[in-house]
Amino acid sequence: MSIAATHPGLTDPYKIGHEGGESQAVGHGEGGPAPTKVVVGFGFWIFLLSDIIMFAAFFAAYAVLSPATAGGPGPHELFDLTNVKIETTFLLLSSFACGLATIAAAKGRLLNAQFWLVITGLLGASFLFLEVREFATMIGKDAGPQRSAFLSAFFTLVGCHGLHVTAGLLWLGTMMAQLWAKGFQPQVMRRLLCFSLFWHALDIIWVAVFTVVYILGVSQ
Amino acid sequence: MTREPHQPAENDAAPGADETHGIGGYLIGLAAAGVLTWLSFTVASGTFVWGPGIPAALVALAVAQMGVHLVFFLHITTGPDHSNNVLALAFGVLIVALVLAGSLWIMAHLNLMMPTTMPMDGGP
Repeated sequence: MSIAATHPGLTDPYKIGHEGGESQAVGHGEGGPAPTKVVVGFGFWIFLLSDIIMFAAFFAAYAVLSPATAGGPGPHELFDLTNVKIETTFLLLSSFACGLATIAAAKGRLLNAQFWLVITGLLGASFLFLEVREFATMIGKDAGPQRSAFLSAFFTLVGCHGLHVTAGLLWLGTMMAQLWAKGFQPQVMRRLLCFSLFWHALDIIWVAVFTVVYILGVSQ
Repeated sequence: MTREPHQPAENDAAPGADETHGIGGYLIGLAAAGVLTWLSFTVASGTFVWGPGIPAALVALAVAQMGVHLVFFLHITTGPDHSNNVLALAFGVLIVALVLAGSLWIMAHLNLMMPTTMPMDGGP
């Protein structure tokens, strides 16, 4: 007997009887395991949160070490906010394009999905290009990671984000190939879901990077 | 009473698996994130905000933008089918806050208690 049946006035706050009448799932795991998509998505969400905690440690290290320039160049001399603005725009639009690809895939439109995945990848690659160019300029000015504790922390934090973007681009290429070869099979769709979560999470990390590292670094 | 052997409940949702948002949600998210990003750079460059308040304003804007990304891009909402995802997120935020606040607090305290003040930017 579900609550909805015994107490018709109650709105079934725990969604026990949402099939109407007798419930298939009565809670406490009796309804069988959750769908694979939910389990996979939740597991990947846990991974992303652990990844964010790792980034939090790098952020803490950067915040502690950012005054330790050892007489070398500081944020004022090194950071170009115009470059950061363009990088931010690329990554935000890339995240948006990834969302459009998810929608197209959910509707079963292969060419549409592939098109938006290409856009996602191109914008991500443009971001990565700007970041690598910035790193190369800094190292060329004798401001590499070995120069000071501030620069070590900077290259570790921002470089770790860049490595994640690189891994994401490789994953993106793999997903496009799998979509092409296998179509919208359930396991491919689950991987696509995980990829989009990964890509959106990288954009969240970047929000913290451009605020804490670049804007706060230059404005102080 | 017979039950289907595998009739999973529909009261769980994967993060990011909310197709009902459609393109409208992503457009709202893009617009909000764009405005918040623009505000961050404007606040930092101008006399928009009282000087000593700039860091606090920037952190507030960043947190707001992260919220926008979570809701409109990752579709982590407060709906009943998302309680697992939100609880995991809350735990993650707790650990992140402990790591950040704890590190900053302890290291600032160590710097303060250092017997001979060695300026960190002085170099050897």
